[in-house]
Amino acid sequence: MNTSPTNTMNWLVIYPELLLLVMACVITLVDLWVRDPQRRPTLWLTQLTLAAVAAMHLAYFDSGLTMYGMQAMVVTDPMGHLLAFFAAVAMMISIAYAQHYLASRDMLKGEFFTLALFVYLGISVMVSANNFLVIYLGLELMSLSLYALTAMRRDHAPATEAAMKYFVLGALASGFLLYGLSMMYGATGSLDLGEVFKAIGTGRINKEVLVFGVVFVVAGLAFKLGAVPFHMWVPDVYQGAPTAVTLLIGGAPKLAAFAIIIRLLVEGMSGLAYDWQQMLVVLAVGSLVVGNLAAIAQTNLKRMLAYSTIAQMGFVLLGLSVGVVQGNTLSAGNAYSAAMFYIVTYVLTTLGTFGLILYLSSQGFESEELSDLSGLARRSPWLAGVMTVFMFSLAGVPPMVGFYAKLSILQALLATGQAGHIWLAVFAVLMSLVGAFYYLRVVKIMFFDEASRAEPLARGQGFSALLAVNGAAVLGFGLLPGGLMDLCRDAIIKALAT
Amino acid sequence: MGLLSVAIWLPIVSGAVLLALGRDEQAHAVRWLALVAAVASFLVTIPLITGFDTGTAAMQFQESLPWITAFNVHYKLGVDGLSVWFVLLTAFITVIVVIAGWEVITERVNQYMGAFLLLSGLMIGVFSALDGLLFYVFFEATLIPMYIIIGVWGGPNRVYAAFKFFLYTLLGSLLMLVALIYLYIKSGGSFDILTWHKLPLPLHAQVLLFFAFFAAFSVKVPMWPVHTWLPDAHVEAPTGGSVVLAAIMLKLGAYGFLRFSMPIAPDASREWAVFIIGLSLVAVIYIGLVALVQQDMKKLIAYSSVAHMGFVTLGFFIFNELGVAGGIVQMIAHGFVSGAMFLCIGVLYDRVHSRQIADYGGVVNTMPKFTAFAVLFAMANCGLPGTAGFVGEWMVILGAVQANFWIGALAATALVFGAAYTLWMVKRVYFGAVANEHVKELADINAREFLMLALLAAAVLWMGVYPKPFTDVMQVSVTELLRHVATSKLN
Repeated sequence: MNTSPTNTMNWLVIYPELLLLVMACVITLVDLWVRDPQRRPTLWLTQLTLAAVAAMHLAYFDSGLTMYGMQAMVVTDPMGHLLAFFAAVAMMISIAYAQHYLASRDMLKGEFFTLALFVYLGISVMVSANNFLVIYLGLELMSLSLYALTAMRRDHAPATEAAMKYFVLGALASGFLLYGLSMMYGATGSLDLGEVFKAIGTGRINKEVLVFGVVFVVAGLAFKLGAVPFHMWVPDVYQGAPTAVTLLIGGAPKLAAFAIIIRLLVEGMSGLAYDWQQMLVVLAVGSLVVGNLAAIAQTNLKRMLAYSTIAQMGFVLLGLSVGVVQGNTLSAGNAYSAAMFYIVTYVLTTLGTFGLILYLSSQGFESEELSDLSGLARRSPWLAGVMTVFMFSLAGVPPMVGFYAKLSILQALLATGQAGHIWLAVFAVLMSLVGAFYYLRVVKIMFFDEASRAEPLARGQGFSALLAVNGAAVLGFGLLPGGLMDLCRDAIIKALAT
Repeated sequence: MGLLSVAIWLPIVSGAVLLALGRDEQAHAVRWLALVAAVASFLVTIPLITGFDTGTAAMQFQESLPWITAFNVHYKLGVDGLSVWFVLLTAFITVIVVIAGWEVITERVNQYMGAFLLLSGLMIGVFSALDGLLFYVFFEATLIPMYIIIGVWGGPNRVYAAFKFFLYTLLGSLLMLVALIYLYIKSGGSFDILTWHKLPLPLHAQVLLFFAFFAAFSVKVPMWPVHTWLPDAHVEAPTGGSVVLAAIMLKLGAYGFLRFSMPIAPDASREWAVFIIGLSLVAVIYIGLVALVQQDMKKLIAYSSVAHMGFVTLGFFIFNELGVAGGIVQMIAHGFVSGAMFLCIGVLYDRVHSRQIADYGGVVNTMPKFTAFAVLFAMANCGLPGTAGFVGEWMVILGAVQANFWIGALAATALVFGAAYTLWMVKRVYFGAVANEHVKELADINAREFLMLALLAAAVLWMGVYPKPFTDVMQVSVTELLRHVATSKLN
């Protein structure tokens, strides 16, 4: 273990977070003097900050070191940096997609950028946390900023309702998590992930208290990830929130949720893997069934995508549930890197999907219903083509990247060599067949149906180009998925080694 | 880049260019570009057969590059006697399809032509992939263009047919995916198909694998009772879609039996051969009877396809050289004949906009040239000696009699049904007095239609009169395959 002494501050570790915090404040102030209705200076400053942070994370990732800082409250390892890097890129893409939508709805204010930066700061803290309280701090910072963003459209009843729902259920989830963590603290006497891990490893801790704590921790995490039966908020929030904010909720925060699952369950509590893996399997099966079946019944595109998210998270949970087989951690690297690859590619695809919905929404018109897509192939063939790539990727049809994500998960399931996991894999593919139906329906609506709207689609070259690049990435990573897979594997193996 | 890579990527890249750049205003240029691309793609496959070494069962024209290192997946291509003709068949049929869609498709021409070119490259990929995952990627990816083709240019019930086609096939192939990953893990981390051929497996694992592959390939072939998507897809698909579907896509499934089921799970294959033979006999006899009562010409030919593909699977699972070689010959022959039959229906449909047999009668009076072709292809469909249809069926029946007289006898009765439904359709559509005003106004085929039908007629006759080039190429590979299947892999 190449750690620095745990009792030092080691400021180097939190440079990216410091930069973010400073810039978030600076941007808030600068915005007061911005007269441009398009908020270009604020926008560019935000993007520049995120780009700088992304570059820093990439540099840290390249160094491949694991360091502890702030008296071992935070850790910097390749997995954290890779996730933070992807999250930063996701935030940049989200903001770029959101700008046009917000501007046409009089929502493009300085607050959006400040809150978005705080969301990212929360994510950044979460992925590098090494302590229960720091995890909670990051989670709350992110969640509170997202609640505020959801409610940003004050005069819009569905958005306000969604914000209320999101806030109440989110607070409940945070409560769960905090309760579980306090149990763990009570049992092990430490908030530090490493110490907790060691304490559980001794085997002298009262198992009942530990398992009790784990149940609440898993419930809290499942809430944040949106897994069944803690998924109730997902469809309402996805549908009610302004689409630009849905994009923010559905993108980068998923990466953070994945990171804290790894930090809490794997790095902190892998001694209890037998217990929480079973819970994850139940959550996964529930999510696959409910997500896929409920998505079929939706007519609202955002709501359908919300249910599809639930189903997709089921796959991620499946990957996370097979890391430890009968006390053996040999397959952990394989399983967790499969889950990480899944969630990274999922975020990439989701960004594009919601970006496309934003593209179709015009002044005073929310493109939310499935039928709003009808005949898109006639109105704009390339846009329909890009959406087709996203849909087939989510359905897991090669050669899109989503197929390789599903392949990794199925491979991780089968690699355990247990009969139960083989049937779980068969179940998962059958559910993804159900899923294929509603993704195909989107393609059907775009290609086979007559157009319901006729006004031209023109949103600026930059927006189109970004969507095209996003689509090309989903296809390109599908043709050559090796590099991204290796990155994820590398990061996970290094995170597990410490 | 090797020949196979060129054969795969030339149509894919040109298809993608057409999709990206083509506009309906430049439909004329798009058509010519598609034709040039299709012909060029066909020409590059010719050296595969002229340079093919018929003396070895080893893979030829091999290429191998690391693709996904995390899973040890390789971009590995190669053809042997079992697959090489299908590469050529695919490229050839694509040329025909481009010609067939020339004047008929007037909307979104670039998407239509682009989709068929993409499909062509992907299907060649299926026939030449030697890596399990690469095979799966090509196999699945073919669904996307076909789904769009049926859904956009299809008939009134096209949406239902497109969904049914996609979901049916996806169900089968997802189970196969699980099997592929299982093999990857059992073989210690290899997706190489040839390594899998040598992998010893216990019987229960072989049986599970056999049925996982069966799920994928039986739907694709399609075998009775999972054939119901095919009549729907055929009836709704545009002519080009039907041609590709019947001529090539069905062969992907049959080819899968040869490349995966039989060599990877030989013991299970022998164990369950009776089951497959039973299903095949049901297909040839029962589906033959079903074809007899169809009112819609396309549906009739669709059912006839199911029956003919029954001969193919029957031939494979009687495990003798005549049977397997006959099955492969039948696949190629059916590619030409069924493609031609669907084109003939397309020619009539373009003029009358009906596929109902009852709407025709006496077509020979107004379209003599066309009728000559149509009758030739119908004869080939019945298996008349001297046409392509005869060779394969005859070999399979001989093989079946060798294995068991009653199987052969039952299969032979199917020929009677085949002759009955085909000839009865010919009689009702082409002969007799002119039935109505529509038929009276029919104009005979033009030069374009003559060209595409003549090309296919030449192929049908060549294969019927002189099938040696086809059987010579596959002989060594078939022998090797049977030797392999006869050896137990249990340990």
